[in-house]
Amino acid sequence: MTPEHIERISNHPDFQQLIQRKRRLNGSLTLIMLAAYYGFVLLVAFAPGLLGQSLSGGVTSVGMLVGVLMVLLSFALTGIYMHRANSVIDPLNDKVKQEFAQ
Amino acid sequence: MNWTAISMFMVFVCFTLLVTRWAALRTRSASDFYTAGGGLTGMQNGLAIAGDMISAASFLGISAMMFMNGYDGLLYALGVLAGWPIILFLIAERLRNLGKYTFADVVSYRLAQTPVRLTSAFGTLAVALMYLVAQMVGAGKLIELLFGISYLYAVVLVGVLMVLYVTFGGMLATTWVQIIKAVMLLSGTTFMAFMVLKHFGFSTEAMFASAVSVHAKGQAIMAPGGLLSNPIDAISLGLGMMFGTAGLPHILMRFFTVSDAKEARKSVFYATGFIGYFYLLLIVIGFGAIVMVGTEPSYRDASGAIIGGGNMIAVHLAQAVGGNLFLGFISAVAFATILAVVAGLALSGASAVSHDLYACVMRKGQASEQDEMRVSRLATLVIGVLAIILGLMFESQNIAFLSGLVLAVAASVNFPVLLLSMFWKGLTTRGAVCGSMAGLISAIVLVVLGPAVWVNVLHNQQALFPYSNPALFSMSLAFFSAWAFSVTDGSERAAQERGRYLGQFIRSMTGIGAVGASKH
Repeated sequence: MTPEHIERISNHPDFQQLIQRKRRLNGSLTLIMLAAYYGFVLLVAFAPGLLGQSLSGGVTSVGMLVGVLMVLLSFALTGIYMHRANSVIDPLNDKVKQEFAQ
Repeated sequence: MNWTAISMFMVFVCFTLLVTRWAALRTRSASDFYTAGGGLTGMQNGLAIAGDMISAASFLGISAMMFMNGYDGLLYALGVLAGWPIILFLIAERLRNLGKYTFADVVSYRLAQTPVRLTSAFGTLAVALMYLVAQMVGAGKLIELLFGISYLYAVVLVGVLMVLYVTFGGMLATTWVQIIKAVMLLSGTTFMAFMVLKHFGFSTEAMFASAVSVHAKGQAIMAPGGLLSNPIDAISLGLGMMFGTAGLPHILMRFFTVSDAKEARKSVFYATGFIGYFYLLLIVIGFGAIVMVGTEPSYRDASGAIIGGGNMIAVHLAQAVGGNLFLGFISAVAFATILAVVAGLALSGASAVSHDLYACVMRKGQASEQDEMRVSRLATLVIGVLAIILGLMFESQNIAFLSGLVLAVAASVNFPVLLLSMFWKGLTTRGAVCGSMAGLISAIVLVVLGPAVWVNVLHNQQALFPYSNPALFSMSLAFFSAWAFSVTDGSERAAQERGRYLGQFIRSMTGIGAVGASKH
């Protein structure tokens, strides 16, 4: 890419919209995952008793449910990301690519 | 000798050697060798990534940890898994858009080739060799136990097969060995978990209840215990596992085996699904084993200890639920797992030597593909011999700290600089080199001064560094050094490097100019 080329792409509204959308999607999902995981780690470090409580009167603990939910959350977030990226980001990306096809 | 296990393993070896032969016929160019021509699908790559993560250490180690401590075993599993969404959101697609064969391609994209490739290759080799030693020693002991063959033969066999897969079949064979093994391991564990659940009438509550009633720690196995009671250690371990995964060279290399960013994204989605599913099964296996293996006197020796040590829990459970035939199958799978992981490690180490050191640094990008491939095959051979020698040297050493160290080192030496090179305009060559070095040195020094080596290996009274997980400190230091040495870099070269960021940014975000799959 020549400097003029770079200049033109970076100032193009479609490119800027792409960047903005990508940042919003990636940023929010990253924050959710980090908050969930480090929230869990802090709970383990500071309030292990809370995780050891019985879930519904039986032996199964709250922590066991939280652990399973963490697994499902990780998978769900990657799924949401893939869905959004395929349906919203990729078409926009293809548009930018086409406009600047060398 | 366990003949069922040995014959099943022989079937696996013959089959994978056929796959290697098939792959060898398709491995003609450097791109074929390093990245299977970039032609794998997201699903195939996702399975291979999952295969890399669900190693023998996680299968046998985490189920053993659950058997002994209950819930604490789950914490390790979650740490590894939680890294994957982050890898997807932050680095997977950018990595694919910027790189070609190794992650050093990405770090050195706008920086000076020689110093950055040297440090990245150094980081790759450090991580790959440490990981290899840990795997070789673990493999030797496991195979000695499972198959009844000597440690020496076991280590040599692993080394020889690893070299065969990689030198002849390159990434294509390495990936297919990994996929075959992942499918075998996932099916085997699915069957085990199913049989355990059947034993308890498909009620997890009934399973947990009997586990609690027979375990020495009782109800405590359902809650986090002493493993991570120290908050600093807990956070440090979490960081190390999460970002260490994103700094493992053989994992990063996997993102170059797919055709574009979209497939890279798909790979992580599938990989996260398979890894998550595997860890859910491990909960059932670990807690089921507390009852089905723990209460069965025939799995204990005269002194009451588990025969073969704690890591044999999953193997004993296989015998309990599926008899000797299934025991043979799981033993063969455990061996296959080790082979697949070491092959990936050897390939990433060899790529660092042939692509980064030889082709880019020594020959300044002027080497022919044939020369480059010859060097990579030679490097694989050297790494194989080195792995065997180190495996034999460390046979009776306590190297449990190595597997923890690997992730901490990867999180400190590779990940910070990789992330900054993609996200921060200000990173310069000086910053990248100093950041990597600071991360590498501090991670190793802190592990040596910490309880794992200073107390457990060197037998000192008190650790000089109180935490067993250095990642929080070494990773922060790496980030800080990369930042500090970049912002104070007023050279002409640094200004040019900052100026090249925008072009790199556009390519990383859109894929314009990215290397595609090779056509043939």
